[in-house]
Amino acid sequence: MLKYFEPNKIFSVTSKAPKYVLLLFIIVLSIGLTEALILSPEDYKQSHSVRIMYVHVPAAWISLGIFSSITFLSIIGYIFKIKNFFLISKSLAPSGLVFNIIALVTGSIWGKPTWGTWWAWDARITSMLILVLFYVMYLIAWRIYENNDKVFKITSIITFLGIINVPIIKYSVEWWNTLHQPASINILSKSSIHISMLFPLLIMTAAFALFSLLIFLMKYNTELIKIKNKGLDRL
Amino acid sequence: MINELLLMNGYGAYVWSAFAFTIFSFVTLYVIIKVQYIKEKNKFITKFGTLNSERAAFAKSHSINKEILSNTSSI
Repeated sequence: MLKYFEPNKIFSVTSKAPKYVLLLFIIVLSIGLTEALILSPEDYKQSHSVRIMYVHVPAAWISLGIFSSITFLSIIGYIFKIKNFFLISKSLAPSGLVFNIIALVTGSIWGKPTWGTWWAWDARITSMLILVLFYVMYLIAWRIYENNDKVFKITSIITFLGIINVPIIKYSVEWWNTLHQPASINILSKSSIHISMLFPLLIMTAAFALFSLLIFLMKYNTELIKIKNKGLDRL
Repeated sequence: MINELLLMNGYGAYVWSAFAFTIFSFVTLYVIIKVQYIKEKNKFITKFGTLNSERAAFAKSHSINKEILSNTSSI
């Protein structure tokens, strides 16, 4: 099964996919923005400021999802010595970092009208800031040790340490008294969000997921060409 | 209608700036990654052009190399 993850097999798909993913992303994003900014209702308490949720929440979800995926791939890659898993992880990281920054900045913008402050050293916000630092450390490690086998070990350690922060982010609103509200959407129990707001939220999440897929594909192709460039040098 | 959409009961500046920041981040990341991609691809094509016919034929026997050369306008 692992042979399907070989770059030779993957590249024929990844080199053609970005243009279709970009087209689909633009369509889904247009629907999502129309829903989020025009069609969805305002909140009875937060009024129109609730619309910030449609960019803040998907960005936070995807940045956490990407970091979890990077950790999983790095650890499996390290144990079974699958270098392509590291390449996939490395290609996922830039969009994960950008989504994490979007979650922090839009959260800060949302905080001003709802809490009266741009920033608070609250458990949820601080733990999200720590996640940004782990993303930055991960990307810097690749930059420093790019041509060195050490990079696999170092990036695995960074992700392994960083993943400890992920459940802290998730449960921080339950474990501590925080300014940040508890989760409104639960997979296992009843969600407290109305369907008229849940629908645009899910559309925007799909759009953001497509964008991270697009960036991943472009970055992965770039990394493969970089490897092939080194191969040409050795000929 | 337009005024209501822009002002959003006084929350317009917050809502629009959050969405604008998100779109700006998307465009910036896309452009950075695309520039990196084009740079690497051009480097590959230039290097490939300097190979002699024997080495070029050998390099072309690898499917990825063939894909890279054939997909010059992808993305």
